[in-house]
Amino acid sequence: MKEMNKDRIDTISPRNAAWREELRQSMSAKERSSIPRSVMPELPADYRVKTMTGEVNEGLSEDQAVMESKRCLDCPDPGCVGGCPVGINIPGFIKNIERKNFKDAAITLKETSALPAVCGRVCPQEKQCESKCIYNKMKKAPVAIGWLERFAADRAVDFSSDSSLPGRMASNGIKVAVVGSGPAGLSFAGDMSRRGYDVTVFEALHEIGGVLKYGIPEFRLPNSVVDVEIESLKRSGVKFETDVIIGKTYSYDDLLNMGFKGIFVASGAGLPRFMGIKGENLIGVMSANEYLTRINLMGAGKPGYATPVLRGKNVAVIGGGNTAMDSVRTARRMGAERAMIVYRRSEDEMPARLEEVKHAKEEGVEFLTLHNPIEYRADESGRVSSMLLQRMKLGEPDASGRRSPVAIEGDTVEIPVDVVIVSVGVSPNPLIPDSIEGLEVTKRGTIAVNDETLQSSMPLIYAGGDIVRGGATVILAMGDGRHAASAMSERLKVTL
Amino acid sequence: MNKILSKEYFSENVVKMIVEAPAISRSRRPGHFVIVIADAKGERIPLTIADSDPVKGTITLVIQAVGDSTRKICSMEAGDMLHDVVGPLGRATEIAKYGTVVCAGGGVGVAPLLPIIKGMKEAGNRVISVLAARNSSLIILEDQVREYSDEVIIMTDDGSAGKKGLVTNGIEDVILREPVDFVVTIGPAIMMKFVSLLTKKYEVPTICSLNTIMVDGTGMCGACRVSVGGKTRFVCVDGPEFDAHQVDFDEMMLRMRAYDQPRKK
Repeated sequence: MKEMNKDRIDTISPRNAAWREELRQSMSAKERSSIPRSVMPELPADYRVKTMTGEVNEGLSEDQAVMESKRCLDCPDPGCVGGCPVGINIPGFIKNIERKNFKDAAITLKETSALPAVCGRVCPQEKQCESKCIYNKMKKAPVAIGWLERFAADRAVDFSSDSSLPGRMASNGIKVAVVGSGPAGLSFAGDMSRRGYDVTVFEALHEIGGVLKYGIPEFRLPNSVVDVEIESLKRSGVKFETDVIIGKTYSYDDLLNMGFKGIFVASGAGLPRFMGIKGENLIGVMSANEYLTRINLMGAGKPGYATPVLRGKNVAVIGGGNTAMDSVRTARRMGAERAMIVYRRSEDEMPARLEEVKHAKEEGVEFLTLHNPIEYRADESGRVSSMLLQRMKLGEPDASGRRSPVAIEGDTVEIPVDVVIVSVGVSPNPLIPDSIEGLEVTKRGTIAVNDETLQSSMPLIYAGGDIVRGGATVILAMGDGRHAASAMSERLKVTL
Repeated sequence: MNKILSKEYFSENVVKMIVEAPAISRSRRPGHFVIVIADAKGERIPLTIADSDPVKGTITLVIQAVGDSTRKICSMEAGDMLHDVVGPLGRATEIAKYGTVVCAGGGVGVAPLLPIIKGMKEAGNRVISVLAARNSSLIILEDQVREYSDEVIIMTDDGSAGKKGLVTNGIEDVILREPVDFVVTIGPAIMMKFVSLLTKKYEVPTICSLNTIMVDGTGMCGACRVSVGGKTRFVCVDGPEFDAHQVDFDEMMLRMRAYDQPRKK
């Protein structure tokens, strides 16, 4: 699967622009690199564990953002751009912040990223752009690219009407369908709409936004941020139909009969994995998807909402990814006195973003690393009451390159729990592959696509995001939407 | 938003509703279900589809008021709008010619059983339907069931209609009387458990249709998981029908009580 956007998009902020030249001359590299990295203002931890809605990161102030942007050396061959899965013109938008042209900063972001306000909040920058920043080589903290992205994108709300976006083409009347309204689907819809296509997005749930709504909690990604993007797509003419399951409500043939000339499947990863250990079907043991969906999508816990959710005093979350962090931090906010992460490797191997781990710790989450659940036990009513954990140590590196966990024979511990949230990954949802005859899937059950074009075994169907990757990130899903849009559009130009 | 076109009481707690849902009415098959949300703050409730009319673009739902959300739906009237209806979900029933098929329905389970009875009859089976309820007033859809059955046996706990006894007595009488090739059972979990135990004894292949707690209904949350043949399966995407002899009904009944306590608080 390609991660880099080789076909560089024309930018309004080229490095050789006179204003950028001038900015580079205005301050020496030594002066720039002596500015310390900004500190993200955050809600205090003791306050935020009492609120479901308060966004933890408050965002950089204008002064902070401009100061931070001065740290960027505007390298001739910027490593950060190579570290971005969609190849955002990073120095281009940062230098616009430095000259306080926030509108052009936002437009520069929008050239490559459909949802910059989302990415600025949820991307694992420390593993992507920021890990390639020249400052790392200078043994200094990298430029806070993610925070600057969020700053510019949030400022863009004021002028997000699509007329200000680059390259909007006249309507061509060609109908294309999108299956799923998560990051891949929204990004595809935005790009195709901009190319003049008549886009309809079908969403199985009753809300638009996919994982951005049901999965990622409000305290990390406010729904209002997602809604701004959705509203902007609606204004640009994208149609949304909720409560429609492609393959069930409408078949593939139905879509063809409705006049769709291309279909982009971005239906997400779907099925939560369980570990298959004793007691996993007891009351109180559930998937992270279930827990987060009840709370984020269904409003469980909010006054007036009918959906129930189990609140525990002692809540254990199994896993070390971002979804596990979202779950455990949600559990704290839902009143858990003891909220625990149970992870079989050590903290170094944890896939979660550093910032999520930091925030979780500040919020009083306990980390039981090198522990692996082997059994859940119930009280007399069949509700989970304790978990039996196997203590682990690290062995040789495994296929993922991380040191593999090995059980320490006979070393177990039993810990009381009322709620267990299993967050050990997802497998592809068979719903779409099962219902479209002839659609080729991989051994893992993901939709098989051409790496370059994201076209499936059926010429009209393209696919991207987690239904192809099997569980990745928002930015990679968005990148897929973008690539598929470009490839489908090229094909339609030839075939129609 | 889906409009309720008509409402009819089968009994105090059981209503039949005809709901506008054109796309679903065309694509649904016997065995499918929908997820219904009553209002903007409602929960997602799985309901089996009893019938549909693709020409009028409607589906028929039979709803028993058992919890807050089903009570709310049952209290809505013709002309009211359901906030969301999504589907059809689940795998359709495998309708085939088995020979003699016993269709055993308990209480409100007769509603989703009806399209299967119809399908089995149309596929050329000899269909014997066994309908069971606590008393005569809770027997539903009897006339429609008769229309597609070669024989109908009514069982009530108190003998107020048909024979006095349980659904299992009715099925056993048939099995002892003539060869039975296939059994389909839909009803309360406890009923399906005992039907399953009975037909296992006589080695008659049996499928049951499960109605567990669900959230999304599309495979995403796993709230509906059950153990079938020792493996965890999702009712929403792998079911709702399973080989009854493989289902761990005790675990399923336990899981269905998951939210009993927090609600009382």
